[in-house]
Amino acid sequence: MHVGRLSQDMEMSHTQTQSFRITLGPLLYYWPRDTVFSFYETAAEWPVDTVYLGETVCSKRFELRPDDWLAIAAKLADAGKEVVLSTCELIESESDLRLLRRVTSNGRFLVEANDLGAVHLLAGKTPFVAGPHLNIYSRMPLDLYRELGATRWVMPLELGRTGLGSIIDIPAHNLETEVFVHGRLPLAVSARCFTARYNNQSKDDCGFRCIEYPDGLTVSTQDNQSFLVLNGLQTQSARVYDLYRELDELVGLGATHLRISPQSVGTGEVVKAFHTAACGRNVADAGPLPWYSEDTCNGYWYGRPGLEQVNRAACREMA
Amino acid sequence: MLVTEQTEGAMRNPTMKGGLAEIGSNRHGQEIALVCPAGSLTALKEAIDNGADDVYVGIRDETNARNFAGLNFDDKSMRDGIRYAHIRGARVLMALNTYPQATNAQKWQRAVDYAADCGVDAIIVADVGLMHYARNRHPQLRLHLSVQGSATNYEAINFVHQRFGISRAVLPRVLSMQQIAQVIANTPVEIEAFGFGSLSIMVEGRCALSSYATGESPNTHGGCSPAKAVRWEQKTTSLDSYLGAVLIDRFQKGERPGYPTLCRGRFKVNDDVYYTFEEPTSLNTLELLPKLRSMGVRAIKIEGRQRSPAYVSLVTRVWREALDHCHARPDQYQVNSAWQAALAKVAEGNQCTLGAYHRTWK
Repeated sequence: MHVGRLSQDMEMSHTQTQSFRITLGPLLYYWPRDTVFSFYETAAEWPVDTVYLGETVCSKRFELRPDDWLAIAAKLADAGKEVVLSTCELIESESDLRLLRRVTSNGRFLVEANDLGAVHLLAGKTPFVAGPHLNIYSRMPLDLYRELGATRWVMPLELGRTGLGSIIDIPAHNLETEVFVHGRLPLAVSARCFTARYNNQSKDDCGFRCIEYPDGLTVSTQDNQSFLVLNGLQTQSARVYDLYRELDELVGLGATHLRISPQSVGTGEVVKAFHTAACGRNVADAGPLPWYSEDTCNGYWYGRPGLEQVNRAACREMA
Repeated sequence: MLVTEQTEGAMRNPTMKGGLAEIGSNRHGQEIALVCPAGSLTALKEAIDNGADDVYVGIRDETNARNFAGLNFDDKSMRDGIRYAHIRGARVLMALNTYPQATNAQKWQRAVDYAADCGVDAIIVADVGLMHYARNRHPQLRLHLSVQGSATNYEAINFVHQRFGISRAVLPRVLSMQQIAQVIANTPVEIEAFGFGSLSIMVEGRCALSSYATGESPNTHGGCSPAKAVRWEQKTTSLDSYLGAVLIDRFQKGERPGYPTLCRGRFKVNDDVYYTFEEPTSLNTLELLPKLRSMGVRAIKIEGRQRSPAYVSLVTRVWREALDHCHARPDQYQVNSAWQAALAKVAEGNQCTLGAYHRTWK
């Protein structure tokens, strides 16, 4: 990466008024129905531009039915939000496919494709968002998805600033680029339910216990370091990924949409802080952030192990 | 338009460069092809001598998902291996099954060119961009969808079939028997299922746990829980294994220490210390063979390019015998206890599981 180009871009970004759009990623946890409805009622008031909706982790979760999601979608659209329906990460059964087809043919809202099956149903028919699980690590698949109708792509978590810079640093690039900037990282998905396994239950008879853990179930190492979070079929990072301090660099490299992943507390405050930054205020003016602590990480952005917290100032000195 | 939709089935029987392989016919004339791993020329010969129909290999870099020091093929051993296989009617599949990275994607394209030039019988690919490249540049080259491509349903498999002419798809180790049957009923693509070896707990191609701890993962560097990130610490009461800065397991006196693969670690949830994701165990589907055959599975894959030639030889021999029995008398097929005993010796933790094939595993 060319450091010179980066700093030039950073300076440019400070002069823009609304330099990027804020998106609220799909809700990854299993919350009670009323909690979900009230969460999105509140979110309608937040300064987010886009809201991704739908169950993306486990097709067994039933607190909200497809019609409930569509009702929330309509309300958010009325409130002026762009709504995107996200497809499930893992599509296995015929009933998974039925739901998938219902989402991809909804006829009103943009769809985020999270597996190749979803791409198959959308490609060449309707514009779509190429989701973070499509593994777009280089220009080759990016160009392909654009040709198939993608209007936006979400960068994989593992692709850091060097990768992003070399992928989109090309003229004629006309895709929106979304980056995951805040939340616990969705690192892996399995057919096995780890929450059920912890509770000594089988997936078929899981009792929907993940509803008891609104931010997942923390996994520590034997020397008591918080390491991962179990969220049903999904495994997340225990640390909260946070690129707030890297905002200018993100925008300089071409990120147009920044994704904040919902958590049970504080999501509104996070959104507001990013919004303040989007309106051109210098990040340093924002003061200490409520979530900023040793439990955050940003390693992936710097091409390091994801769990690391890289001190950007120290990084610059090294460069 | 660059991306064209292939007509249904158009690429199902491409002329093979090696001139050997037609779908459905392998050197043993059976419905199911036995697909064996080779991390070296010696292992390739062991696989073929012991009855493999297909052998899969990789070159010495991050273009394949077993990018380990001292493993894989240089140009000479690759060409020698292909010759050795073709003389004996076996096929060589080249795994180019990691994701081309932003800064050096050309490396993967060159690897596809190389595979075509060598005359491999197929390449095993995960990235749709690379499939597109291969289809355009080398229309005669047969394409298999890697397990790393995370295709867990027939819509996904039909997508890569119709767009890029994928001929065979390797299913992620997350589907149950019923789900596999459903895939087969709804796709013209040959289905390859895992038979034996290391068991992936996460959907392949969808796991970044390794890079979260070490900076390297199968998708980005072709390896999980890389050896260079492993550290052992002898404590007063235990032997501790680390990956990067993360304590993966702690072995008390008398316990046999295992390699710190991240998802085989013992972690703590509330007050319980246990194998949070999976015990050290290997997948073994010998007992499912007649069922897999009648369902229409066309190839059985043995995992383990990182394992020794002795492993390849033993596992191939056992599975050849089982397949021959199953082919000759499917109704009378029974798992021979000697087969199971032999496989248990080389299984992780000396134990086996049916994994996701059996619903209760999930």
